[in-house]
Amino acid sequence: MDKTLMSRVARVVLYLILIIMAIGFIMPVYVMIVNSLKPLDEIRSGDLMALPIAWTVEPWLQAWSKSQIGVQATGLKPYFINSFLLVIPAVVLSTLIGALNGYILTQFKFKFADTLFAAMLFSVFIPFQIVLIPMAKTLGYLGLAGTVKGLIFVNVVYGIGFTTLFFRNYYAAFPNELVRSARMDGAGFFGVLHKILLPNSAPIIVVTVIWQFTNIWNEFLFGASFSDYTSFPLTVALNNLVSSSTGVKEYNVHFAGAFIAAIPTLVVYLVSGKYFVRGLMAGSVKG
Amino acid sequence: MKAGWLPKLLITPSAFLVLVCVYGYIMFTVYLSFTSSTILPTLEWNGTAAYTRLFGLENWSVALGNLWIFASLYILIAMGLGLTLAVLIDQKVRAESALRSIFLYPMALSFIVTGTAWKWLLDPGVGIEHTLKTMGFENIPFDWIKNSEMAIYCVVIAAVWQTAGFVMAMFLAGLRGVDGEQINAARLDGAKTWQIYHRIIIPQLGPVFISAFVILAHMAIKSYDLVIALTNGGPGRSTWLPSVFMYQYTFTRNEMAVGAASSVLMLLGIGVVVLPYLYSELRKGNHG
Repeated sequence: MDKTLMSRVARVVLYLILIIMAIGFIMPVYVMIVNSLKPLDEIRSGDLMALPIAWTVEPWLQAWSKSQIGVQATGLKPYFINSFLLVIPAVVLSTLIGALNGYILTQFKFKFADTLFAAMLFSVFIPFQIVLIPMAKTLGYLGLAGTVKGLIFVNVVYGIGFTTLFFRNYYAAFPNELVRSARMDGAGFFGVLHKILLPNSAPIIVVTVIWQFTNIWNEFLFGASFSDYTSFPLTVALNNLVSSSTGVKEYNVHFAGAFIAAIPTLVVYLVSGKYFVRGLMAGSVKG
Repeated sequence: MKAGWLPKLLITPSAFLVLVCVYGYIMFTVYLSFTSSTILPTLEWNGTAAYTRLFGLENWSVALGNLWIFASLYILIAMGLGLTLAVLIDQKVRAESALRSIFLYPMALSFIVTGTAWKWLLDPGVGIEHTLKTMGFENIPFDWIKNSEMAIYCVVIAAVWQTAGFVMAMFLAGLRGVDGEQINAARLDGAKTWQIYHRIIIPQLGPVFISAFVILAHMAIKSYDLVIALTNGGPGRSTWLPSVFMYQYTFTRNEMAVGAASSVLMLLGIGVVVLPYLYSELRKGNHG
């Protein structure tokens, strides 16, 4: 076989493998979508890969506002709202705290600064099982048990490590001359932050916001441990919907529910893939 | 610049929260594991009784055995697949960014969503097995998720699907950072592509392998949501992991001291994997 033919064959094989892999990666979400648009008997008798014959949005309506989660037949809607009420303040607060910490840790020298940062960094990795019992007690004392506020508090506390890491590494690479000359011009603590650092922080703010949004939206353990029927985040409600249904398993409703829970983070991912990847990388490669 | 009172004051709340809610709580849980706490925490000292009981429990040895199977396969396959995808994508392929997005998007999903999708995909009644049957392949049983010997492998499949793209992205970043001159020199010497990867590129990816290993290992030890959504620990207890054990014993079976002891062991496991890595990364950071 001559050389160009061989490399052409290799090229075809390469694309073939990549396409098969890509199909494999898309398949679960494809299955989720097509089966959320089928009546139940079509799933039971037909195959999971086939497009719907009798298209229906009924499973979506069921999952959104009719199916039973816990005591009442409210659908996922109130929990979808809970998740937003949780995520928005938690993301804003933890991002602000991260920016402030990153600024202080890079621009000022004080005792134990490195120790403090290392302590925050390790907190990112701990298995949260180790804090569940005392945190449950604390939330009880504060009167925050079973509330969205309590979940905001918990997610902010355990998000500080990540947000501080992001901003610290970003500000550590920030040109020092700009900060120094602003100081010469008489800018104070907040002046430097407000006039020099924050206006140049757009990329890291986007990375942090996306990272925190995805993490907290998808969070389950704290939600399952510290919330009740009034304050469940969406992940907990979805799990209840899927696992607690007695009798007939409504696969199509489960798929619709799962997709509803996936939409916000998927949209964020599609709109801002580049920043999502940067967050992942910043979260994994430190130093 | 030396910190005045203002920066110190402003970082105090964060420092306080991390100190109390991370390290204080860790110490509290460690203490609880040496008490006789049952449904509620008590401070009554009970020595190492909880650990003795923990190590005698079959549920714990099952959970540990499962973690061992799950973690080793998950790490191995996710790294293998991630590296393969990265190398394939690195061949100047068309639609590179679309392919990357496809392999990485599961990372944006909640493990509860992933678990739900795979739960029914792997269900022999409606999922892949059922589909194969309707296509005429009667004799391909794929009922792992209902089989207590095989269910743990279902957790591996779903977890790999979720994170392989992340590992790919890490390796891809590493591949793009490899020195181009060495590669060109080797190519001029007539080295084949696979030889270049084998001899020059992959050996330079050592740090990426280490990062990927640490991230995946710590994710494996922390895995909880996926198991709950996919199998809820079942059939029976066949897919219990230490995280499931901890939750069960602490909040359902009212053996809080034993639950606390299991979480302490989880923390130790993670510490062994993560601390040396963080230590070397921080040192690198200070010297670079």
